[in-house]
Amino acid sequence: MLPRFWRKIRYRYNLVGTYCENCRTYYYPPRNLCPKCRRKSKIKEVQLSGKGKVISYSIVHDAPENFKMMKPYVVALIQLDEGPIITSQLVCKPEEVRVGMRVRAVFRKYGEEGESGIIYYGTKFVPDS
Amino acid sequence: MVGIVSYGTYVPKYRIRVEEIARIWGDNAETIKNGLGILQKSVPDLDEDTATIAVEAAREAVRRAKIDPKRIGAVYVGSESHPYAVKPTATIVGEALGIGNEYFAADLEFACKAGTAGMQMCMGLVKAGMIEYGLAIGADTSQSRPGDALEYSAGAGGAALLIGRDGVIAEVEGTYSFTSDTPDFWRREGQPYPSHGGRFTGVPAYFRHITSAANGLMEKLGLKPSDFSYAVFHQPNGKFPVRVAKMLGFGMEQIKPGLVVSHIGNTYSGSSLIGLCAVLDEAKPGDRILLVSFGSGAGSDAFSLIVTDEIENFDRTPRVWDKVMEGEHIDYGLYVKLRRKIRFG
Ligand SMILES: [Zn+2]
Repeated sequence: MLPRFWRKIRYRYNLVGTYCENCRTYYYPPRNLCPKCRRKSKIKEVQLSGKGKVISYSIVHDAPENFKMMKPYVVALIQLDEGPIITSQLVCKPEEVRVGMRVRAVFRKYGEEGESGIIYYGTKFVPDS
Repeated sequence: MVGIVSYGTYVPKYRIRVEEIARIWGDNAETIKNGLGILQKSVPDLDEDTATIAVEAAREAVRRAKIDPKRIGAVYVGSESHPYAVKPTATIVGEALGIGNEYFAADLEFACKAGTAGMQMCMGLVKAGMIEYGLAIGADTSQSRPGDALEYSAGAGGAALLIGRDGVIAEVEGTYSFTSDTPDFWRREGQPYPSHGGRFTGVPAYFRHITSAANGLMEKLGLKPSDFSYAVFHQPNGKFPVRVAKMLGFGMEQIKPGLVVSHIGNTYSGSSLIGLCAVLDEAKPGDRILLVSFGSGAGSDAFSLIVTDEIENFDRTPRVWDKVMEGEHIDYGLYVKLRRKIRFG
C-alpha cells in the first residue's frame, strides 16, 4: 500500500492531468497517449483548475471501516471545467448536494492506517460559493 | 526591500459556541464570555488537520502572488499540532504546492509563535540572497482536555505569508525577539492534551514577553505607539490583547481590526498571523503595523511593517473577516466526535 500511494502522491495532491495539443482535449488521470489521436498525440502535462460541477452523486450510508466516522457522506461524479470527469468525495451535507452544483478542489485527509500508521492526503471537493 | 509579498488564510467552517460547552460542564456561559472575551471557536472537520490547513492557506498565498511556485526556496511550518511526531508537515505542503524538490524545509515548534519564527528565518534567507521567496506558515488544530478552561478557546486555523524582495506589499522595517525559559504551558511527548500553569500564564509569561518585545522593537526603531495605524498581539483570548495594548499605550481603534479571536478562538500558531492578515485586508499604503506574537515557554517576536503602494494591485479576496464570521454551529456531541475525544478500544 505504501509505495503504491507514494508514487501517486503528485496526482492525488494536485489535479495534474494531461492535454493533447493535437485535438485540444484534457485528460485526468494523466495519459501517455491520446485515445483519439493515437500516433498523432501531442501530450503535455497540465495543472487543472480544480473547478467543476456535479453531474451525478450517491450518498454512502454503508461505509467501509476506515470511513465509518464520516457516514453518511457524498461521493460525486464531477466534471471539471476542462472536461475530464472524476469520482471524488464531496464534503457537504447529503441534503446540500444537487446535480449541476458548482464545486472546487480542496486538500483533505483521505484516511490513516490506524493510530500509528501513515496518514493519506489528497484532493476532495467542496461546494463553490 | 524585504517583506510580505502575499498572504493566505484558512479557518475551518465549524463553530461551537461558549453556551454549548458551558451547558455540558455546568459553567455559567455569561461569566466565561465576559472573562475570556470569546463567543465561539472554530472546529476542524474529521478530514482536516494542521497539514490540510497549512496547504489551503499556502495555496491562497501563492495564487494571489501570481508567481511560479518553483521560485519558492523555503517552506517552514510552525505548529504545536503537527500530524506526525516524526515526519515533517513542510514536505506535505511543498508537494501540494508543486514547488519541486529544491527547497529548504523544516517544521518549527514554539507553542503559538512558531509561525512568526518562520517569518524571521525566511527574511534572513531572502536578505542573504539564498532564496527568492520563502513561505512561513503558522497553523494549528490544538486539542484541549474536556472540561478544562482551554476547551472554550482552543480553535483551529492557519495563515501563510510569502516573504520576498519583489512585489512587497508590506515591508518589514524591523524585527526584535524577547525570549526566556518560562514554564507557563507545555505538553510532554505522547500526551494528548497540554498542561498549563493556570494564573501563571498571565503576568510573567504573556504580558512580560509581549511588552518587552514591543518596547524593545520600538526603542530600536525610535518609534512610539502613535506611529502605528494598527497593532496585532497574540490572541489566546479576547482579554489579554486588549490589556497588553493598554499597557503599551495602544488604543482599541488600533487593535480592533485584527482582533479575530472572539469568533474563532485561539488558533495558536495561526493566531497573530490571521490577525495580521485581517489588518492587511484593509490597510492602505503608508500604514505602519505592529505585530507581536507570543509562544509559551516562552518568547515573543515583534515586527514593524510598512504597507507599500503594491497593496493597491493585490487581490485581497476572500477577506479574512468574512471567513471568520461565516461558519456552521455544531453541538457538543458532534464536536466530541470531530475532535476524536472518544476512543474505542
Ligand atoms: Zn488528441
